[in-house]
Amino acid sequence: MAGIFAFAESRDGELRKVAQEVVTAARKLADAAGTEVHAVALGGSGLSGAAGELGKYGADKVFVGESGAFDRYSPEGFTTVIVNFIKEHGCDAALFPATALGKDLAPRVAARLGVDYLSDATGLDAEGGAVSVTRPRYAGKVFGKVAVSQKPAVISIRPNVFQAAESPKAGAVESLDVDLGSADFGAVVTEIKAAAGEKLDVSEAPIVISGGRGLQDPANFKLLEELAEAFGGRAAVGASRAVVDAGWRPHGDQVGQTGKTVAPTLYIAVGISGAIQHLAGMRTSRYIVAINKDPEAPIFKVADYGIVGDLFQILPRMTEEVKKLMA
Amino acid sequence: MKSIVCVKRVPDTEARIRIAGDGSSIDPSGVKFVLNPYDEFAVEAALKHKEAAGQGEVTVISVGDASSAETLRTALAMGADAAVLLKADRTPEGLAAAKVLAAEIEGREYDLVLFGMKAIDDDLQAVGPMVAELLGIPVVSAVTEFSVDNGKVTAHREIEGGAEVVELRMPCALTITKGAYEPRYASLKGIMAAKKKPLEEKPASVDAPAAQATLSYPPERQAGRIVGEGPDAVPELLRLLRTEAKVI
Repeated sequence: MAGIFAFAESRDGELRKVAQEVVTAARKLADAAGTEVHAVALGGSGLSGAAGELGKYGADKVFVGESGAFDRYSPEGFTTVIVNFIKEHGCDAALFPATALGKDLAPRVAARLGVDYLSDATGLDAEGGAVSVTRPRYAGKVFGKVAVSQKPAVISIRPNVFQAAESPKAGAVESLDVDLGSADFGAVVTEIKAAAGEKLDVSEAPIVISGGRGLQDPANFKLLEELAEAFGGRAAVGASRAVVDAGWRPHGDQVGQTGKTVAPTLYIAVGISGAIQHLAGMRTSRYIVAINKDPEAPIFKVADYGIVGDLFQILPRMTEEVKKLMA
Repeated sequence: MKSIVCVKRVPDTEARIRIAGDGSSIDPSGVKFVLNPYDEFAVEAALKHKEAAGQGEVTVISVGDASSAETLRTALAMGADAAVLLKADRTPEGLAAAKVLAAEIEGREYDLVLFGMKAIDDDLQAVGPMVAELLGIPVVSAVTEFSVDNGKVTAHREIEGGAEVVELRMPCALTITKGAYEPRYASLKGIMAAKKKPLEEKPASVDAPAAQATLSYPPERQAGRIVGEGPDAVPELLRLLRTEAKVI
């Protein structure tokens, strides 16, 4: 076997949490297939220290490619470095995170290698030389399981599903040659808007608090933000399609079939009745709490716990109680 | 400016999805099919930029069976100028779809190739970047808004907690997500006009899928319990989340 490639995503010289998850998933696959994990981290300078920790999650070798040109994501640069790496080292499966960056990068890598790509895997296994991938379709209304015999199997894994688990390896760090010479790329990231990294994304947060029409006014999302804050930076605020369509919240916050599918540990649906397209996007959450004034709302049919009542009274109380708990 | 928009026919978001007897496809009976919602944003973006420039051409292309012609007519009714159906006996996904589309686009003159960020049926989010790779042109995905100036595209792209600004050299590809382009409704006039617009059909040769998926339903969630009514139920809810669910 020729190894499992794991892409370790970083931002501003820091590995992202999902990098541990990708390496953990790769470790499991490598153990099932009897092969090694090769983790690759690309970025500007300052990554080598952070990359060393990937050994802790099961990387046999960690390759770090640092270049001033990689201070920001370089779509074509990253693709070229990764495709060269895979051609040189061989690879049975290449794992990426199903993040904005991973979902941009992985299909390009696959197309350049001439192989298929499966996104958002929620299950991975190695069976008889093939990598078997389970992934949602129709935003999770059904799941598909595919045995990929093509090499490499190029896959992105959904954040929060493969919980990072320590499986220490020596994790020797090698530096990777990322000199692309005078390569002239057609697409260049020139700027990063907003404080990227400061705001937790619904697709990655362990707690998601989503609001719907029941909030009545965009200004009332402040109540959700206060509750999210009370959870001490572990919670993100999401939204239903109705309120995104109404322009109350940006599309990036939308949970559902035409938004993001999420799998947090705790999902709190506030003033959301539970349309089929919303349920599709959040039903794989580990625990679901519904707060709604209508006891017949479909959201209660999938919720583990529910409170019936006026969210404008319930939310402030909840924020107050959570603050006490977290103090 | 010449734009090409690749579109797909998919089940409506409100559709209940049932697995067919073969275990690897869905039962289309009773399902309403629509133009993929993300592709609507892409069609709208192409039309907006054509209108702003006061000139240009928008061609929509789809690969699929005969029923995809209806989806192309929807895009023509919105205002696209011409349509091409690459006719196959099934609608391919991923690399197989990208190869058919790239082969068609390669022989055309174009400045921009637009896609919806993802198809809401296979959820792959792969075809746009794959077509661009096959054509050897730059691409940026998850674009909420872009401008065109002097042979250059400046695109805003959604990332976790913010946005990236990407500059691309034309010709290039963009995959569009919900943002600045609110899809227009086709007017009656548009629908009538669409009937007279060219819709070319060509046979496509589609690679067999590398592997067929076996479909299953997600495990049913059991309805839980109503902890109580009103704010007084909050302490009990938090106690359950802490001691029973152990999530906070």
